[in-house]
Amino acid sequence: MERVEFIEEQSSDPNLRKESMILNMGPQHPSTHGVLRVVLYLDGEVVQEAVPYVGYLHRGIEKLCEDITYQQCLPYTDRMDYIASICNNIGFILSVEKLLGIEDEIPQRAKVTEVILSELGRIESHLVGIGTNAMDLGAMSAFLYCFKERERIYDILEIVCGARLTTSYPRVGGLPDELPDNFEEVIRNFIKIFPKTLNEVDKLLTRNKIFIERTRGVATITAEEAIGFGLTGPSLRGSGVPFDLRKSNPYLNYDHYDFEIPVASDGDAYSRFLCRFEEMRQSLKIIEQAINNLPDGPYIADLPDIVLPEKQKVYTQMESLIRHFVIVYNGFNTPPGEIYHGVENPKGELGYYIVSDGTGKPYRIHVRGPSFVNMQALPMMAKGRLVADVIAAIGSIDIVLGEIDR
Amino acid sequence: MSGFSLEQLSNRLGSYIESSSEFRGENTYFVAPDKTLKILQILKEEFKFTYLVDLTAVDYLGIKSPRFEIVYYLHRFGEDYDENIRIRIKTKITEDNPSIDSATSIWTGADWLEREVYDMFGIVFKGHPDLRRILMPEDYDEFPLRKDFDVRNREPSKKSFQKALREGNF
Repeated sequence: MERVEFIEEQSSDPNLRKESMILNMGPQHPSTHGVLRVVLYLDGEVVQEAVPYVGYLHRGIEKLCEDITYQQCLPYTDRMDYIASICNNIGFILSVEKLLGIEDEIPQRAKVTEVILSELGRIESHLVGIGTNAMDLGAMSAFLYCFKERERIYDILEIVCGARLTTSYPRVGGLPDELPDNFEEVIRNFIKIFPKTLNEVDKLLTRNKIFIERTRGVATITAEEAIGFGLTGPSLRGSGVPFDLRKSNPYLNYDHYDFEIPVASDGDAYSRFLCRFEEMRQSLKIIEQAINNLPDGPYIADLPDIVLPEKQKVYTQMESLIRHFVIVYNGFNTPPGEIYHGVENPKGELGYYIVSDGTGKPYRIHVRGPSFVNMQALPMMAKGRLVADVIAAIGSIDIVLGEIDR
Repeated sequence: MSGFSLEQLSNRLGSYIESSSEFRGENTYFVAPDKTLKILQILKEEFKFTYLVDLTAVDYLGIKSPRFEIVYYLHRFGEDYDENIRIRIKTKITEDNPSIDSATSIWTGADWLEREVYDMFGIVFKGHPDLRRILMPEDYDEFPLRKDFDVRNREPSKKSFQKALREGNF
């Protein structure tokens, strides 16, 4: 009580009010989720202005992709949103397939597998998003529960792709190889185990008084502002806008699955948390439907100009060897034109704008990263709030700097 | 306005549209650079294209003239947020005067996307509230995504780094 009076007494002095303190948060601050630097102009502990500085992780992926074939671009997409790299891969592959106009020739087995993997990626990303958001706010145990489950998803990805973090998995035309024999088993096992952890995290956070106090009413953004900023993903749905590309533009036959788009209306950090949490349950529902309907049949399209021949044939047949050489060396030719394809990534709409000049290398690729666009809302969310709320705000829009800086 | 069709759009904007094309189900309209802002305003207010999906530029050095094209990609939510109507507006910009009016007054979200285009192509957005480099260092003096930029050229980075070392300003 005494302390408050003291501050008020000071603040009435005109000389003391004039100066605002500058606090440099990041780029190596653990709660900035990477190398984000935010310069805060403070009046006491109240943020007058927050200015984010990005670009510390800029690798020039868009420029590098102009010099390499489409297949070679794929590993670069891992390095953008590295929390859910499988979703980036699938987004890129779908974009190239759209450019080639071969969407209808992709076998069903590949499509269903891509749905399973991208939903696993969504769960993985939300686990990190929720876990780190909670940890920044002091709830350490929820973070550990989340990361334990994330490990299981990495194990599944390792079985399928051979890599845990940088998956580079599907290929243009379908899957690179037949799925492993125990694929169905590990997915079913995951479906059985995961809800248990989900409920545990639910108990730890959803009604946790401290967590609610730190997030409810914090970093509020109205639906209109959110649309103006171009927010997508849970950051937009947390403001009450039920927009999801899986519903409005059902790529990968998402319209055949029964799932709902969770929406919360308050637009604060807590709403965004609730959206993410419910989305994990919905993703699990999609995975369950997909694994039940995983069809047999070819895993890659029969397109000799685009798809690499089987390894066995490359070693034994001259024609296949030549074809293999040409596709690897020159890439496949694409029709000249330009396309944009957006997919619903865990963090929002990830879009690839590809301009093709008819050769095997993209003329220009632009990546519309959801984190990049969502990040713009931070100064508005932080304004007039306490420094501690900035951390809650950063956690609640769930950014990943690899995607912002590219 | 409840329904929407592309005919309505081309009727309303008829004289402004220089040419249009369709590829893989995506509609592209070319408009004049000095009319772009007005057209975007009409699209947002009359046709409810409230969401700016993407804003970027392409450098057609030696292929097309004028050299640069700015690309706006717009989305219409519809009343129940289930429509999937997207259009692309493109405008050509010359090399001698690479500048265009900023769209930040229409969509706040254009802010960083325009900064990125400025950073990568050196295209100036008139009326932008805070046009600074965003991904590259602030004292970098090249525009990396231009086609005449050589990726192997380390000089600009070296210069920028040495300046930072000299001034102790990181």
